[in-house]
Amino acid sequence: MDKVMSNKLVITLYVLPALLLILVLIYVPIILTGYYGLMKWDGIGEMSFIGLENYTKLLKDAEFWKSAFHSFLLAIFSAISLIGYLIISLILAGKIKGANFLRKIYLVPMLLSSVAIAQLWLKVYHPTNGLVNSLLISFGIDNPPAWLAEPNLVLSALFVPIIWQYAGFYILIYYAALKNIPESLIEAAKIDGANAFQIAYKIKVPLIAGVIKVTIVLAIVGSLKYFDLIYVMTGGGPNGSSEVMASYMYQKAFGTYDFGYGSAVGFFLLLICLVVTWLIRKLTATDEEIQY
Amino acid sequence: MRKKAISMLFVLTMMLGLILSGCSSSSETSNEGGSGSGDKVTVKLMHLWPAGSSKQHNIIVNDIAAEYEKANPGVKIEQEILSNEQYKEKLKILSASNELPDVGMTWAAGFLEPYVKGNKFAPLDDILEGELGESFISGTTEAYALDGKTYGLPLELNIAPVYYNKKIFEKYNLEVPETYEEFKNIVKTLADNGVTPITLGNKDRWTGSLWYMYLADRLGGPETLTNAINRTGTFEDPALIQAAEEIQSLVGMNAFVKGFNGLSNDEAKGPFMNEQAAMYLMGSWELPNYTTNEDVPQEFRDSIGFFKFPTVEGGKGDINSFVGGPGVGLFVSEKSEVKEEAKKFVEFFVQKWGERSVTDAGVIPATKVDTSKVDLPQMYIDVLDELNNASNITLYADVQMSASVAQEHLNMIQALFGEQATPEEFAKKHEEALASEE
Repeated sequence: MDKVMSNKLVITLYVLPALLLILVLIYVPIILTGYYGLMKWDGIGEMSFIGLENYTKLLKDAEFWKSAFHSFLLAIFSAISLIGYLIISLILAGKIKGANFLRKIYLVPMLLSSVAIAQLWLKVYHPTNGLVNSLLISFGIDNPPAWLAEPNLVLSALFVPIIWQYAGFYILIYYAALKNIPESLIEAAKIDGANAFQIAYKIKVPLIAGVIKVTIVLAIVGSLKYFDLIYVMTGGGPNGSSEVMASYMYQKAFGTYDFGYGSAVGFFLLLICLVVTWLIRKLTATDEEIQY
Repeated sequence: MRKKAISMLFVLTMMLGLILSGCSSSSETSNEGGSGSGDKVTVKLMHLWPAGSSKQHNIIVNDIAAEYEKANPGVKIEQEILSNEQYKEKLKILSASNELPDVGMTWAAGFLEPYVKGNKFAPLDDILEGELGESFISGTTEAYALDGKTYGLPLELNIAPVYYNKKIFEKYNLEVPETYEEFKNIVKTLADNGVTPITLGNKDRWTGSLWYMYLADRLGGPETLTNAINRTGTFEDPALIQAAEEIQSLVGMNAFVKGFNGLSNDEAKGPFMNEQAAMYLMGSWELPNYTTNEDVPQEFRDSIGFFKFPTVEGGKGDINSFVGGPGVGLFVSEKSEVKEEAKKFVEFFVQKWGERSVTDAGVIPATKVDTSKVDLPQMYIDVLDELNNASNITLYADVQMSASVAQEHLNMIQALFGEQATPEEFAKKHEEALASEE
């Protein structure tokens, strides 16, 4: 058996189907997107080659940079909220009453599809009958804002359901990592007189640093390419106040029939995500391997 | 060992074979669909009326297809049905790969243009030369024409009146307005009494555009906006800027439902149907909700009326000018292998559709309806009469414009209503977008 597995030909054959699938389904479309970005194309008729024109236009496109700014805000916001998730997981992983029940509560949003979540939050934010404004009115605020219609508020209003949507996912990851820490380490710390806060801060968090690093990358890159909830809830409006990079790409490709430009936006988005991922890995690089 | 390696290799080749055969079989089926096999001709029809959401429409299409198959043995109509947004996207993808259905549905003017320029739709003028051409209401097929050729035959025609709740009007002693001053008084009275005067779902943006278009028409006459779009005029025309100012003064009077910029048209319908809002400016496709739709309480249906958008003092527009236009129309694919058969089917379809759509689905067809022959609710007849007496029908602005200018227009509409842009900025942005197209 060992002999077979070390045979180069067999290894190649084993890898080949998956490799083909990845090539055809992931890398070919990426390359094609970059290629379409070089074209003037309405998505229907003939393509014509215009070189880097779409890309140079993109660099000067104020609306694109506005949407990019929104995406970055979301990324920063998501990264900060990771701290909250970590704290919740630390509490849940400790021996508190009802931890099991709470964990399930946090997981529920993960089970819903984005579109269902969007519909739900549309109701929550409804300017007159919505949960938020009904509450505000009952507290005596006569004229609460129409959250999704105010250009200054819409983005923050959208961040809340996005954070809510992913809470369960990150809490689950942290929770699993924390449960992996051997009990003996905690016991030893307790004997040495460490309190709960010290155990969490000095032992548990450093031990799951690798996992935290992964979640930071996931949260930031996920935010940069975020699309669904925003598209369903506001469509990027009012007047582009909640446009993010991915919704801008969609608007260009399918709204204005500028497929070439949309592709350029998509390819640029990919480049940004790659650079950001690389940067985060550089910044959070650690040499030591953690061993329990 | 060697045996094992060989068996693995065998499994792998099998897997690869499966993947490859999967590819080839799918391309085979797509070939079959287009051409007629043997003496049996298949015409592929793609439409956007699923049985779930558009039951009446769906039934009529099925009936017409069945009738056609019966009258023409050897022809099979194969349907593919998608909902609106999916339909638009699939149409685009199919056309990029030259696999459009033989007959399908399209929208007019701006939507149609890239398809015509990409040589995807067949000209249908030969059908119009016949008897059928006479039966279209004038101005409807023109919206589907480009460079003197017609590429689509419209199925629907809509105008947008202002629907209003008679009960609310009575309660506050209000009468149907004929001038804009009267209209503003109504708005003020209702707003002062805590009733939402107008419901509007401006997240969809074309809804707000209707209001702007009417004001532009009443102030500047039917040509001003159209001229600004086709570049013989300008968006900086005083009448068009004044129309934008009027929009903002209406917003300032709290004329529109709270949070309109974040509400979709469907959501905005709520306050009107619940009798919380007094007025709703919308296309005549809403008529069934106020006449025949059994899901809506009879009492509510009886309390709804409509009026024409009032005239503005000193404005050039007259009260019989409407905003509206044809809805979807049928196209025949240029690459279709059964083009003649497809055209024959389209001709048949339009004829039958005109006969049945009003009574069965509450659709106003683009072909003339003899109101004396059909049994219709009074409100239908009134709207059909208005349509016949219309002095002008201005096609929806976003449909008149090319796709990218339309997006700019729609965004600016939202900005105007949301007071993010001044009327002057509103005009300037339009000018810039239109200029960049030249």
